[in-house]
Amino acid sequence: MAEQREVVLKVQNLKQYFKVSKKLTVKAVDDVSFEIYRGETFGLVGESGSGKSTTGRTIIRLYKPTDGYIEFLGKDISGSLNTTQKNFVSRNMQMIFQDPMASLNPRMKVSDIIAEGLRIHKLCTAEEEKQKVIEILEIVGLNKDHANRFPHEFSGGQRQRIGIARALIMDPEFIIADEAISALDVSIQAQVVNLLKKLQADRNLTYLFIAHDLSMVKYISDRIAVMHHGQILELADADELYDHPLHPYTKSLLSAIPLPNPEYEKRRKRLVYNPQMHDYEKNPPIWHEHTPGHFVLLNEDEIKNL
Amino acid sequence: MSKILDVQNLTIEFTTESGVVSAIRGVDFHLNEGETLAIVGESGSGKSVITRAVMGILAANGTITSGSIVYKFEDGHEVHVEKLEDHILSSVRGGEIAMIFQDPMTALNPVIPIGKQIQEAIMLHQKNDAGKKMSKSEAHHKALDMLKLVGISDVEDRYKQYPHQFSGGMRQRIVIAIALGCNPRVLIADEPTTALDVTIQAQIIELIKDIQQKINFSVIFITHDLGVVANVADRVNVMYAGKIIEKGTVADVFYNPRHPYTWGLLASMPDINTKNAELFAIPGTPPSLLDPPKGDAFAARNKWALNIDFEEQPPFFDISSTHSVASWLLDERAPNVGIPDLVKQRVSQHMSADALFADAEEEDQ
Repeated sequence: MAEQREVVLKVQNLKQYFKVSKKLTVKAVDDVSFEIYRGETFGLVGESGSGKSTTGRTIIRLYKPTDGYIEFLGKDISGSLNTTQKNFVSRNMQMIFQDPMASLNPRMKVSDIIAEGLRIHKLCTAEEEKQKVIEILEIVGLNKDHANRFPHEFSGGQRQRIGIARALIMDPEFIIADEAISALDVSIQAQVVNLLKKLQADRNLTYLFIAHDLSMVKYISDRIAVMHHGQILELADADELYDHPLHPYTKSLLSAIPLPNPEYEKRRKRLVYNPQMHDYEKNPPIWHEHTPGHFVLLNEDEIKNL
Repeated sequence: MSKILDVQNLTIEFTTESGVVSAIRGVDFHLNEGETLAIVGESGSGKSVITRAVMGILAANGTITSGSIVYKFEDGHEVHVEKLEDHILSSVRGGEIAMIFQDPMTALNPVIPIGKQIQEAIMLHQKNDAGKKMSKSEAHHKALDMLKLVGISDVEDRYKQYPHQFSGGMRQRIVIAIALGCNPRVLIADEPTTALDVTIQAQIIELIKDIQQKINFSVIFITHDLGVVANVADRVNVMYAGKIIEKGTVADVFYNPRHPYTWGLLASMPDINTKNAELFAIPGTPPSLLDPPKGDAFAARNKWALNIDFEEQPPFFDISSTHSVASWLLDERAPNVGIPDLVKQRVSQHMSADALFADAEEEDQ
């Protein structure tokens, strides 16, 4: 079934290295490939330093990829981009950040923050712009009185709604949510997640949802990729990944999630992942499709033992 | 079990530029010897302010306007922490009640080797076997023991290293070593794992529980993560807008929640089995404590709110000897609002956790 779906984003062998000094190069993203289909939410999970945010930032071209291929809506966006290509990316791909206070300019009014993209791309007249800002504010659950206020006058959840409005007003096809709910309180998280889901249904949006909170990722995502040290170790449908994890790292990650259930917590056994357990010197890992749509990065011996 | 800490009718206010913030509005709780008490709440609910008051480290613009905080020493004599002078308070603070914070990097001094920082705490608060002040070398040995206790290897080498040479999880272990180096009877952990990855979080929580078994002490665990609460706590206090609104054992609060806010908290978190159904989101935002509402602070966000909720604050209603809830819904004159279906469903799913484990065990074999 997956083959018939339209691919919005295709990432192939993406590498993003950062040269720290002459001796040290950090391989933040090291040979990562995946596809994201129209209308789905693709979850990217991993611990801090796993390269999940870097992957998102490279896709939206905040960085120039070291190597690899990124195709967005059928166009190659991996090399050096000219102005037309840059405009193409920024019109159709938007990002929502983790800390809404840090990502909103404190000296700009909400209406200016939201309309900035429209102005840069000269998409409409001042009259239309006003109309659009009010419209979008209402869509994200704020109202038109909020347009003339400054970010500090809002609560965390409301600020995140402003961040969402700013992304939405460009009418993008694809949104990258980088830890978009991590800084919010539980009850507010639920509000924002429900909003994101509703917007997706109404506008047929495609999301790349980057997060470390596994229970929320499972809830919001259709498919999930698990990153560790710059590589994707496992990729599967959300339920499949949680019900039948294959990679020992995924298993250890899942076994570490505390659930709001005292009985379960008493009996939960944590599995420890030790990267040294792999013998990849002579037998390097391969990207193996274990069951349809369920991929895992392990070597042949380990695959035999699955 | 005897009470080691007893807080009665505590009220705390902060004077700010925009007015007086009533951060804590009448809170009663106690801590028993050897137990772990979790205080849960969202940001701004006052959970951290309470513990800061217990430690006597409120910000300068904060005052305790009423109430008492009584600490009971091992020999049975009691002190009112809120009335102590600073120099006397320092014998309670650290030596009797120690605290660890969310961000271990800011709690550690970046230019002093970590071993020395642990040694310092030990020399300040502990006596040697002869009942005299510890010498440097005695404290040094004790510090090495503490490092081993919190699961750090190569202690001799690690002793001389600086905080930046450790990872976030290791730093939190060091902070725990410093706190426990003072041999406290109460450990206050204020969101100790919030900044950490989920696997590291699990390690730190296991570590705290493990040490608690080895050297007996009581823990107050502040967090907003209900999963963590379910794991660590014996008893839970749920806070909202500067008040405790539900208190009970973990089983009481997780399997028989009775306050609408607790329902909201439990249902707004997706668990591993939730899919596609919309999350139950509590509408709106918490009230401003500059001008706290006259009635129940949660009334404006509560779809089961009664008229009286807007007029008068609810008292505590006892559900069992361990479980009490501040909500007018439990008054005998209130309409009978059962636990909402969504929450019931959750609870019954949780109660059948056995099924979940049956699966897991099958796979193990």
